[in-house]
Amino acid sequence: MNIHEYQAKEILKKYGIQVPRGKVIFTPKEAEKAVWKVESDIAVVKAQIHAGGRGKAGGVKIAKSIDEVLMYTKELLGKRLVTHQTGSGGKEVKCLLIEEGCDIEKEYYMSFVLDREISRIVFIASEEGGTEIEQVAENAPDKILKEIIDPAIGLTPFQARRIAFGINIPDKVINEFVQLSLNLYRCFIEKDCIMAEINPLIMTMNEKLIALDAKLNFDANGLYRQEDIVAYRDLEEEDEKEIEASKYNLSYVSLNGTIGCMVNGAGLAMATMDIIKYYGGEPANFLDVGGGATEENVKAAFKIILSDKRVKGIFVNIFGGIMKCDVIAKGIVEAAKEVRVRVPVVVRLEGTNVLKGKEILNTSGLNIVAVNSMDHGAEKIVELVK
Amino acid sequence: MSIWIDRNTKVVVQGITGSTAIFHTKEMLEYGTKVVGGVTPGKGRTIIEGVPVFNTVREAAKETGANVSIIYVPAPWAADAIMEAVDAELDMAICITEHIPIQDMIKVKKYMEGKKTRLIGPNCPGIITPEECKIGIMPGYIHKKGNIGIVSRSGTLTYEAVHQLTQKGVGQSTAVGIGGDPINGTNFIDVLKAFDKDEDTHAVIMIGEIGGTAEEEAALWIKENMSKPVVGFISGRTAPKGKRMGHAGAIISGGKGTADEKIQIMKKCGIEVADTPAIIGETLIKVLKERGMWNKSYKV
Repeated sequence: MNIHEYQAKEILKKYGIQVPRGKVIFTPKEAEKAVWKVESDIAVVKAQIHAGGRGKAGGVKIAKSIDEVLMYTKELLGKRLVTHQTGSGGKEVKCLLIEEGCDIEKEYYMSFVLDREISRIVFIASEEGGTEIEQVAENAPDKILKEIIDPAIGLTPFQARRIAFGINIPDKVINEFVQLSLNLYRCFIEKDCIMAEINPLIMTMNEKLIALDAKLNFDANGLYRQEDIVAYRDLEEEDEKEIEASKYNLSYVSLNGTIGCMVNGAGLAMATMDIIKYYGGEPANFLDVGGGATEENVKAAFKIILSDKRVKGIFVNIFGGIMKCDVIAKGIVEAAKEVRVRVPVVVRLEGTNVLKGKEILNTSGLNIVAVNSMDHGAEKIVELVK
Repeated sequence: MSIWIDRNTKVVVQGITGSTAIFHTKEMLEYGTKVVGGVTPGKGRTIIEGVPVFNTVREAAKETGANVSIIYVPAPWAADAIMEAVDAELDMAICITEHIPIQDMIKVKKYMEGKKTRLIGPNCPGIITPEECKIGIMPGYIHKKGNIGIVSRSGTLTYEAVHQLTQKGVGQSTAVGIGGDPINGTNFIDVLKAFDKDEDTHAVIMIGEIGGTAEEEAALWIKENMSKPVVGFISGRTAPKGKRMGHAGAIISGGKGTADEKIQIMKKCGIEVADTPAIIGETLIKVLKERGMWNKSYKV
């Protein structure tokens, strides 16, 4: 789960990490009040969306006067910001963070991430702050330092010191850096993060360390014990259909194609998207109804797919193991009673209770093309939507 | 022969009193698996599906001689259940549970260092040696005893591959689902090593997906060490970057872990990769024929 920058900064503050003074606003009117909180000569107006690359996309503005703050506020609020992470449609800016400007002496990069290959959390840092770490990894890999953290001990001060000396943190602020690192690690653990990044971490002219930008990403599986993090969830940043699907424990991801897919199992669901593409079509979604889905879940899944106006055909691909084919068939028939199915539907059923399932579909009076294999199904649906 | 489990394996079911566990205990018993005990704290001395229930794994293992456990315990308590199985010094623990927090699994992995227990999963369908022992949630009837090993991050894609083989008369030695989580107990290489040593496994199907670099590492290992042919499939070529595709581990992050990258490295390492999931079985048969292995024991 992602949260906004201003929310991440609220959390960091609670962990004793200094962030620039600022205020989040949702309407241009609030901006007028917000600027009086800024005591520096310049203010920064930052668009709050769940995507990186905001700076390059024009979502971060430096204002030298109150008038400029107001001007940028009007410009950014409501604008669709297109960054390299948002896709071509961009994301609507619904709130802004107005912060005081800082006198930057030097920028650093620091983060804690999960390294899945070694099952450990890794502390990563670089003196090349302010740019994306992937870019640094490409251009100057020797400028990236790593410390692997022992889960039983946690980050140790000597590891943080080693990083500090390695990225040339000035002697005067070494202790401050070590404390900040320990705090960020504590935040990572206590809040079930899978990534905690400060980029850039800056040292100001008067030798203070401040988190100028921050990104926290949380483990969805840990949210059941993180009430305060769940409260930060911004539904407006998420796809409507994905929210609806999550209510029924369906795993759904919206894509840009025209062929809706309903599949059981994540691997098979991905492979179904791939095979549609292989035969020249474009999948409209990823949808895994899961192993233990009920008729009700299947019905909901089918309705969600049908609510996507771009969908010109549906491919149902089920390998019933624990999931029984007749349950799927009943769910489809029930959904079709409530929503008119205007698009062709190709169904491939295999596995447990396959004959029962096929019979339910055949006698339903629905216009369904039954196929006996996954590749025939994919070929057929691609042909039908053309 | 087979790997890790056979008709002598004795199984204890952790979390046996939950509805899913009861259902699958029945299924496993029907398949012929020796389910000898169950564990649910506080439900000791009761009986489920004819199986005695104990309060602790140690007690269950001691009383029944169980050497393997299967875990259906819900996510918030699953990590603890895995560690309890490890503490009881079982040979293997198979964790079906999905949605275990990553930080819990980091602790589990640390706890397991230097201990004897092998963990399979979490978030996996389990492991089956056809016609001998099924420890998991896979549909037993699609399997057939034979000589092809299968290792996969996906449950339903394993069923697809098994089904395709069985329909063509080709049986399986053991099928192992290693699970869809970013941190798991047993990885591709562990399973490949075991298959390579197993006399009755003649060739292997390896099914991977986007996210992480486990497939790449396995491919390099295969190139250097594996004496048997391996056929592969990778799902998620059309998956968008930065989006989790159902499995917690199936995500392309920082541009790493794409399907194309994996397929490219696998091919370079001599692995035949099926273009679509519909032809995994066919591809394996093609490879067996090319290597002159087809006539040996597969024709029906």
